[in-house]
Amino acid sequence: MSDLSKVDLSLLESIADLHETPQGAYNIRRNGEGVERKSTENIQIVPKEDKPGIDIIIKPNTKNESVHIPVILTQTGLNDLVYNDFYIGENSDVVIVAGCGIHNSGDEKSEHDGIHSFHIGKGARVKYVEKHYGEGDGKGERVLNPTTVIEMDENSYCEMEMVQIKGVDSTVRETSASLKDGAKLMIIEKLMTHGEQLAKSNMVVNLDGVDSSAQIISRSVGKDKSSQIFYPRAVGNNKCRAHIQCDSIIMDNAHIRSIPEITANHADAQIIHEAAIGRINNDQLLKLQTFGMTQEEAEEIIIQGFLK
Amino acid sequence: MLELKNIAFEVDADKGQMEIIKDISLTLESGKFLVLTGPNGGGKSTLAKLIMGIEQPTSGQILFEGKDITNLSVTERAKLGIGYAFQQPPRFKGLTVRRLLSLAHGSELPFDECCAYLTNVGLCSKDYLNREVDSSLSGGELKRIEIASLMARDLKLAIYDEPEAGIDLWSFNMLVESFKTLSQKKNEGVILISHQERIMKLADEIIVIADGMVRNRGSRDDILKMITGEFDGKCEFRGGNN
Repeated sequence: MSDLSKVDLSLLESIADLHETPQGAYNIRRNGEGVERKSTENIQIVPKEDKPGIDIIIKPNTKNESVHIPVILTQTGLNDLVYNDFYIGENSDVVIVAGCGIHNSGDEKSEHDGIHSFHIGKGARVKYVEKHYGEGDGKGERVLNPTTVIEMDENSYCEMEMVQIKGVDSTVRETSASLKDGAKLMIIEKLMTHGEQLAKSNMVVNLDGVDSSAQIISRSVGKDKSSQIFYPRAVGNNKCRAHIQCDSIIMDNAHIRSIPEITANHADAQIIHEAAIGRINNDQLLKLQTFGMTQEEAEEIIIQGFLK
Repeated sequence: MLELKNIAFEVDADKGQMEIIKDISLTLESGKFLVLTGPNGGGKSTLAKLIMGIEQPTSGQILFEGKDITNLSVTERAKLGIGYAFQQPPRFKGLTVRRLLSLAHGSELPFDECCAYLTNVGLCSKDYLNREVDSSLSGGELKRIEIASLMARDLKLAIYDEPEAGIDLWSFNMLVESFKTLSQKKNEGVILISHQERIMKLADEIIVIADGMVRNRGSRDDILKMITGEFDGKCEFRGGNN
C-alpha cells in the first residue's frame, strides 16, 4: 500500500483493522477512485462501466476466503456515490469487510453514499462487517448514507455487523432484505453518536420463504445533544421466525427514538420485538468504582462492553 | 486497621428522619475475619455500604489504617484497598466474565488465574470465562462471579454482603472452603454479612446488629452458643423492634 499516506493508513486501520495489504481479494477506494485492486481465482472484482462502483463476483463453492473493500475520504467537499454489487455463489463461505473512513479537515461537507446489493446464492454463508468512522478538525460535515439491499436464496446464511464508531455527523441508513425458504439473516447494528450528530436507521426484512428466520439486534449509545431514530421492521409472509431487539443507552441531552415494527401476513409467522432505552445503571457504575475506577472510566468501560 | 467511631445514618422518610444506623462503633484488626449477623432490616448492609463509601454517614468517623476516610469517595477507598461484593450484583451487557475479573484485578488476568478464581466459587471455568455477565446468568451464577471478582482483587479489607444468598447447597460447600482459606490469610481483613452457621464458624469475631445498633459482640464460640443454643425465650435480637 505504498501510495497511501499516514492519514490513509490510519483510517484503514480504524475501519478495517488493516495494517498491511489484506489477504485475498481487495479493492481500496480513495476520494472517489479505486487506488488498489486485486482479484483472486475465486473472487473477481470488476469495475462497473455505467456508473461508479464494482461488481464482486464470488464463484460457487468458494470456501474460507475474504474480500476487503474499504473506502476512505480525505478530500473536503467531495460527494462520493458508489454502487457495489456482490454476487455470492452457491455453497460458498466468505467474509466481506467493508467500511468507510472520512478525514475532513476542511470546511466543506464530505459525503460517502455506498449502495450495496447482495445476491446470496443457495446454501451460501456470508459474514459482512462494515465500520463507519469520521475524524478531522475542520468545520465540514462528515456524512455517510449507506443503502444495503440483501437478497437471500434458499438456505443461505448472512450475518451483518454494521458499526458506526464515532465522528460521523449525519447518517441515514437504509437496509432491506428478502429471505427465501430456510434463509437465515442476522443483523447487528452498533452505533454511537455524540456532539450534535444525527443517525437514522430504517430497516425492513421480508421473510418470504418457509422456515426463514431473522434476528435484528440494535445497540446504541447517544451522548451530548445527538439524536438517533431506529425503525426496524420485520414482515412475516410465510411460516417464519423473527426477533427484533433495540437497546439504547442515553446520556447527557441526547434524544433517542426506537420504533420496532412487526407484521405477520401468515398464521405461522412468529415475530417478537423488544426495545429499551435507559441511562447507565447506577449499580453498574458503583460496581466498577469499587474496583478503583472513576465514574468517567466506569462509563467508558460500560459503553465499550455494550457496543463491543 | 478499620475503626468506626459513633457512626449514624439517617434517611428521609414520610414521618421525618428515620435512623437506619443509630450509633455504631467497632474496630477490625488487620487479617481478622469478622462476621456481621442479625435480623433482616437491622442495618448490616447499610453499615457495609458506609464502609465502602456508597453511603455517607450522617455523623461519625471512619478510619482506615489510621487515616480518616469518612469523606473519601468509593473510588478513593477502593484505591486504598477496600473491596465490596454486592448483595445484588449488577449485570453488564457485553462484558465477559473474564473481562470483569480482569477489571477487578486491575490488569489482564492470565487464563489459569481466572479459572482458579471461578473454581473457588464452584463454577466450571471453561463454561463461564467467555460468557457475558448479562441476564443469561442465573442469580446464583451472578452472585458467585461477584464473589470471584472480589477474590481477584488485591485487598486489605474485603466486604461480602450475604455471599451465600441464592447459592445452591452444592456450591455452598465450595464457598465455605474458599472463605476458610480467606480467613487464614493474615494480610486481608474480611467483613462478611451472613446468616449461615457454617460461615459464622470461620469468624474470629461475630457482631450482632439489630435495630441499627450493636446488640451483641464476642468470639465465635460465645455468640454462636447464644444464637444456636439459647435462641428461644432469651434471644434479644430476633428482629423487628422487640
